[in-house]
Amino acid sequence: MAQSKLRVVHYLNQFFGQIGGEEKANVPPEAREGVVGPGMGLKTALGAEAEIVGTVICGDSYFGENMAEATGKVLELIKGFEPDVVVAGPAFNAGRYGTACGAVCQAVVRELGIPAVTAMFPENPGVDMYKKDVYILPTADSAAGMRKALPKLAAFALRLGRGDSIGAPEEEGYIPRGVRRNLLAEKAGAARAVEMLVAKLRGEPFATELPMPRFDRVAPCPPVPDMAKATIALVTSGGIVPKGNPDHIESSSASKFGKYSLAGLDDFTAEAHQTAHGGYEPTYANADADRVLPLDVMRDLEREGRIGKLYDYWYSTVGNGTSVANAARYGAAIAQELKADGVTAVILTST
Amino acid sequence: MVKEIERAGLPVVHICTVVPISLTVGANRIVPAIAIPYPLGNPELPREEEKALRRRLVEKALRALETPVDGQHVFED
Repeated sequence: MAQSKLRVVHYLNQFFGQIGGEEKANVPPEAREGVVGPGMGLKTALGAEAEIVGTVICGDSYFGENMAEATGKVLELIKGFEPDVVVAGPAFNAGRYGTACGAVCQAVVRELGIPAVTAMFPENPGVDMYKKDVYILPTADSAAGMRKALPKLAAFALRLGRGDSIGAPEEEGYIPRGVRRNLLAEKAGAARAVEMLVAKLRGEPFATELPMPRFDRVAPCPPVPDMAKATIALVTSGGIVPKGNPDHIESSSASKFGKYSLAGLDDFTAEAHQTAHGGYEPTYANADADRVLPLDVMRDLEREGRIGKLYDYWYSTVGNGTSVANAARYGAAIAQELKADGVTAVILTST
Repeated sequence: MVKEIERAGLPVVHICTVVPISLTVGANRIVPAIAIPYPLGNPELPREEEKALRRRLVEKALRALETPVDGQHVFED
């Protein structure tokens, strides 16, 4: 018995959807029957097994400025085509487009329960935002990579549409999502570790089972020349905030940092201060936040002239599951403010 | 955070309990702290002794800020 073709819906922005360039970036979502633009190439790559039944197009700015509403509308239009699988992009290094592709795929999977895949340049911000939830295939940074990207997208979409189980990212070619899956290995962990070590010692290739995130390095700044004239700022990832946590800094995966006045304050107290951190036992910090951020001692040292001045504000966020990218962003923003205010050096405490 | 503050040109000392994390994230001046829930304290000590302990750590941090380093350095005693 002949099987019916898989139904594919394709999501595009206004540019690839052939509505127009930046001047048309505000067009709201619309649906077309069949293929549009790069959908032609996708159709060819999909072959006889699948059919692009419809294309949904939305302007990048419209999407970016009305994400919740746009996602909802796009979802309705996609749903109307009753797809088996949804393909978005490729978005290459277009940030708003990549974000839209990620958001659309995430919503399709979560709310419609339909598999979805997109493709974009690995540094597209849409990757960091959605790679945990969405299959994203890496592409070149410009549409020059279209011819290479479409066959990969098509092959992946066919597998999703068929309901194939998707393997590890290095086998399947998508950007790692950080998902760990239990599997039964032939050899015990100790044996595998020793094999890796032996291979490493022999200079042979080996693959770690737990890649560590990569970190870059910054050269140390020169020391503070005259501490008695220096303004020192207190910063913490330990979540010390005024009682009640007025900025609602999250107890994990903090989405922000807070800046709070130290004017007239000599000591943190249980009545007025607390920690917002959800990753350590808060009893001791809530009883006396100086145990995390040493305000009392800094005031003593200021009075004694050991330091010139304690900066008038403290900065705080919660370093608990907070992404490296976010933490870096907070650090850079805090540093700019401190420099603008003439701060000499920083004491940063972490729990 | 510590690395971006240093990258911006502000000397920074990281007082932290888990030194390997500090080394991994790229702090250059590191002062090991007491414990995760109370890096600059010890609730078992009487208040004045606890503050003296905290003061020793802060003074060590200030000395770290006054010390030239050419890479990552953990300021033990």
